[in-house]
Amino acid sequence: MSRPAPALRSAAALAAMELRLTSRRGENVLVTLVIPVAVLLFFAAVGIVPATAGRAVDFLLPGALALAIIASGLVNLGIATAYERSYGVLKRLGGSPLSRSGLVAAKIASILVLEVVQVVLLVAVAAAALGWRPPAGASPALVVVAALLGTFTFAGLGLLMAGTLRAEATLALANGLFLGFLMLGGIVLPIDHLPDALQVVARVLPASALADTFRVALSGTGDVVGPAVMLFAWGLAAVGLSVRYFQWE
Amino acid sequence: MSEAAIAAREAAAPATEAPASASEPAIRLEGLVKRYGARPVLEGVSLAVSRGEIVALLGPNGAGKTTTVEIVEGYRRADGGTVRVLGIDAASGGPTLRARVGLMLQGGGLDPRSTPRDVLRLYAAFHVGGRDPKALLSLMGLERVATTRVKRLSGGERQRLALALALVGDPEVLVLDEPTAGMDPEAKHDTRNLVHRLRDEGRAVLLTTHDLTDVERLADRVAILHHGRIVADGSVAALTGSGEARLRIRLARPLDGAGATALRAELRRTHPEATINVDGPAQSAFAVGAVLPDPWLIAAVASWLAARDLPIVELRTVGGTLEERYLELTGDRDVEAAA
Repeated sequence: MSRPAPALRSAAALAAMELRLTSRRGENVLVTLVIPVAVLLFFAAVGIVPATAGRAVDFLLPGALALAIIASGLVNLGIATAYERSYGVLKRLGGSPLSRSGLVAAKIASILVLEVVQVVLLVAVAAAALGWRPPAGASPALVVVAALLGTFTFAGLGLLMAGTLRAEATLALANGLFLGFLMLGGIVLPIDHLPDALQVVARVLPASALADTFRVALSGTGDVVGPAVMLFAWGLAAVGLSVRYFQWE
Repeated sequence: MSEAAIAAREAAAPATEAPASASEPAIRLEGLVKRYGARPVLEGVSLAVSRGEIVALLGPNGAGKTTTVEIVEGYRRADGGTVRVLGIDAASGGPTLRARVGLMLQGGGLDPRSTPRDVLRLYAAFHVGGRDPKALLSLMGLERVATTRVKRLSGGERQRLALALALVGDPEVLVLDEPTAGMDPEAKHDTRNLVHRLRDEGRAVLLTTHDLTDVERLADRVAILHHGRIVADGSVAALTGSGEARLRIRLARPLDGAGATALRAELRRTHPEATINVDGPAQSAFAVGAVLPDPWLIAAVASWLAARDLPIVELRTVGGTLEERYLELTGDRDVEAAA
């Protein structure tokens, strides 16, 4: 005969398990750690990014941070959860003493840990390989806010797909969106370099809102309220729809 | 609350719960109704499982077995009727009830990249007062594959891991959906012994199965579900006792019509109701029906055959098996024959 363990202990155990499984999935390590670093180094090296204000790395590092958050929330969490749903892992967890809020808390905690690793890695690579130094106006607090807002929004989008689509469809769509956001989301190319029609689309994407929020946080210049509010609106919509339509099996 | 207070409350709990739980079955379903859209799936299912009892829920595919167990497990809500597990409404039991009920789902619900040790440690962390993951690995014979990823385990090993997962919280109630599916005969045997032991420790076990051998060797009671209703509920012996048994004999040479008439005349002296049916054109097999195939009937038939020097190739009693009774009740052909 047993009792449920304290919620915090249960959630911590599941978060640790999620991280262990992420580290075992080669494709997750690739998309969350290798690709953002590779994108940062490659586009800094080829010099196609016009350094309108300062150097290319000042534009690319916030973009790479945004890409890392998208990789963690949308791609990694979305695909992993979609397969957990199709294997019945979520259903089995639902039959355990772990509460539903404990399950969500564990997922969020595991992504936040992964994101700390991503941010530290990207900043270290930018500093060591590209000579990046934080400008005087950079705000670490605002970087944290941008990361949390971005996590809320992209984890919400990932879970919305995972909970409503087949696992294979989530896999395809998450990768497609990742590529779309990379090209159109102001990650590696400033949006004003896109054709006019695409600019209209690009400016309302959650990816460009997140990249712009990171840019303001790291440069200390520009308006942060506009992109942050747009990012939050996307997050509210995604999380609201997931709560409403998520199917556990 | 202090630790002493918690300890005191735990010590007091069994004493205060005992009177209610002693009379109340561990699982009690009454008048369960469930529809998916307009399609009725369960139409008034009533069933009880006591502590220390194994009840097998048997029925054709689509009869509502999984729907029934999923309502017991709290995954689905019934549209009507009551569902009490350990005296608590299953749909609103929450984590406290889930800690006391061990589940084994079809398919297991295991991540292919996790290992048996990972999964058991994870689920052990959800319980206080559960079983040791290491001891469970050894109990289920999974030590050798403790660090092997689930995707590389055999079907039987996955089943044993799913069963270990059901036991990790040291549950009072076990709900097992097809527990021996995909196991080899030895693993089935071991699993049946384990479930018996769990029953003997006073746990209530509700299981679904397609395997009639499971029912015969494992269950104390069997409930047959057909078109959303329980059409039979009782011990295997009680269920099969009402079926009509026959004696079947295959001979090395044909028993022609004259032989059958002579045998019937012979049997009339000891078994006046006995009927004799000779099979097909080959006429080498016949059945003696309408009477119990008791030793006196067998002796009478055998001595008549001996007097005529007719060697017996095969002699068996048929009818009254669970399989025949089951087919009779459900008209279902989709079962594994008792092996």
